[in-house]
Amino acid sequence: MSRLTYREAARLALAHELAADPAVWTLGEDIGRGGVFGQYQGLQAEFGPSRVVDTPISEAAIMGGAVGAALLGTRPVVEMRFSDFALCAVDELVNQAAKARYMFGGQARVPLVVRQPVGLWSNSAAQHSQSLESWYVHIPGLVVLAPATPADNYGLLRAAIRSDDPVVHLEHKDLWSAEGEVPLDGEWEVPIGVARRVREGRDVTVVTWSGGVRIAEEAAAVAETQGVSLDILDLRSLWPWDRGAVLESVARTGRLLVVHEAVEVAGFGAEIAATVADALFGALKAPVRRLGAPRIPVPYSPALEPASRITAPAVAAAAAGLVSWRS
Amino acid sequence: MALPSSLSDAAAPDAERLLGLYATMQRIRLFETLADEAHKAGQVASYIHLSIGQEAIAAAVGANLRKDDVLTSTHRGHGHTIAKGADPLAMFRELCGRAGGTCGGKGGSMHIADFAVGMLGANGVVAAGLPIAVGAAHAIALKGEDRIAVCFFGDGATNRGPFLEALNWAAAFRLPVLFVCEDNGYGATTRTGSVSAGGGPGSRAESLGIPVTVVDGNDLAAVDVVAAVLVRAVRDGGGPQFLHARTYRFRGHTSSDPATYRDAAEVQAQLASNDPIRRAAATLAELGVTPDVLERVERHEREALAAALATALDSPWPDLRTAFTDVQDIGAPQ
Ligand SMILES: Cc1ncc(C[n+]2csc(CCOP(=O)(O)OP(=O)(O)O)c2C)c(N)n1
Repeated sequence: MSRLTYREAARLALAHELAADPAVWTLGEDIGRGGVFGQYQGLQAEFGPSRVVDTPISEAAIMGGAVGAALLGTRPVVEMRFSDFALCAVDELVNQAAKARYMFGGQARVPLVVRQPVGLWSNSAAQHSQSLESWYVHIPGLVVLAPATPADNYGLLRAAIRSDDPVVHLEHKDLWSAEGEVPLDGEWEVPIGVARRVREGRDVTVVTWSGGVRIAEEAAAVAETQGVSLDILDLRSLWPWDRGAVLESVARTGRLLVVHEAVEVAGFGAEIAATVADALFGALKAPVRRLGAPRIPVPYSPALEPASRITAPAVAAAAAGLVSWRS
Repeated sequence: MALPSSLSDAAAPDAERLLGLYATMQRIRLFETLADEAHKAGQVASYIHLSIGQEAIAAAVGANLRKDDVLTSTHRGHGHTIAKGADPLAMFRELCGRAGGTCGGKGGSMHIADFAVGMLGANGVVAAGLPIAVGAAHAIALKGEDRIAVCFFGDGATNRGPFLEALNWAAAFRLPVLFVCEDNGYGATTRTGSVSAGGGPGSRAESLGIPVTVVDGNDLAAVDVVAAVLVRAVRDGGGPQFLHARTYRFRGHTSSDPATYRDAAEVQAQLASNDPIRRAAATLAELGVTPDVLERVERHEREALAAALATALDSPWPDLRTAFTDVQDIGAPQ
């Protein structure tokens, strides 16, 4: 075990895979100098400019090129800088990367990883703050990961690079400096599709991921003082997602609150809510609830950005509302 | 296109006109210097991209536009916005996230826009402004107006698809667009030349049949003369023109970027000999403008901008309820 930041954990995961497998390489804008958030620091010096490739500002070409390179058996790790700019390469990701294996009748695989930082961070406004995970979960063919801790960023990124499927790896911009214990030994990775129980509780199951985890943990402390106990699950993998863990928890608590930073409307919370309502209709003590951002573009001003933010008090209040719910 | 013959024939620059452009350059430089300080003091959130060193292009192109002409900009858009005539107080309010900002505090530096003066927006997405300007020009053509659209973009943006798509569109429809490439040699931390093939931004435009004019973008009088000719050519219905302006970014990519990826000697040489403001001052001196006149211009701008920033910082925050306004009409958020 080592105490690492989320940033350093990801850097080491990539470094390990670059060292272990000559087919792995990474490409993106400015990564030779460490990447926008320092998450590639030193990798070009260590592995050379042909395995840590500085590209032109050409998102479509970066992604499309990575698809071609993956079809030929290399394992590109693509940096999109901000998830917002990945929208410039959506055709390449959605129509090409996600579909090639299927459309070509299994003749080829597309083992690429796309890193696209998400979430609210530093008043960066509507074109640098989005959490668009539900878009990718909607696309058959893609794996979608959203680590909330250094250990998960390390373990999931390693699993993603080793996976033969195209993986969308969503790192949270506000977590780069978060610290935690990371097992660096040998081949350790985090299995894709398995949720992590953040906290045990009796009354309300809170399902969340990425930046939502910290907020839910804070909310649990507030709720505890009000006699409400939260059972928190960090999905960390959105596709596939751990239905078993969610259903097991809701079967015990009888209540579900999904919390995410993304806009609530048509967010991934809707999928979880519908699944739980379907499977556990008779066991529910209260309606299933979601708490996400309002359907507004993220505003810039420090006075306005909070309108887009989900907060611990709001999570605690929503949980308390479920406990006191009467039909 | 060969350099318009009128450029070589151009009369000596007119001192009064040049002094006006000099004032605009000072306004841009001082606005950004103050914005940088305010950012370092935590009064401007997020990150801001400064155009210090590139002011001559904005000032001279802006001066050749009419108020009803439109422009799109990059993430580095303060200078263009000022040159198009926006109110620095409203711009400072926007940067500080206050009520009364050009975008009500919803956009900030990277998305600054002032439609009242035809400034259709800075942009957080590289190259995204190019098709928008072309679309604006298309609308102008449809309406049969004699307005023009101007599009500022960096050399880095020329490697994105929207650049080629926009240029092709503009050329195919002979639209009234002036493309202005501010070539500062860098895209963020990367030397653009190391990731760009071929003969540079202009050669791509030429391949689509768009006339290209190259100019020293730090020579205020030269940009002014060339811009006048190109704006006229575009306004007269001759189709798009491409201005390749060579310049240099004196500061980092964002105001918090120390830019250590650049060679210190290169930066020193640029600072020493290629400051567009000092070069313009020298030209003005040759034309007989005395130092005290230049000082007065600078002092006037400095005082006005300092007052504007102070007022901006004294302005109220926007009401949180405004976060929910202007999203959409049908199905608007509650
Ligand atoms: C599509 C997209 N990719 C990447 C970025 C990040 N980014 C912002 S500015 C910039 C450099 C742009 O260089 P250039 O076009 O030359 O303009 P300059 O900064 O030199 O004015 C980059 C890479 C972005 N904003 N949008």
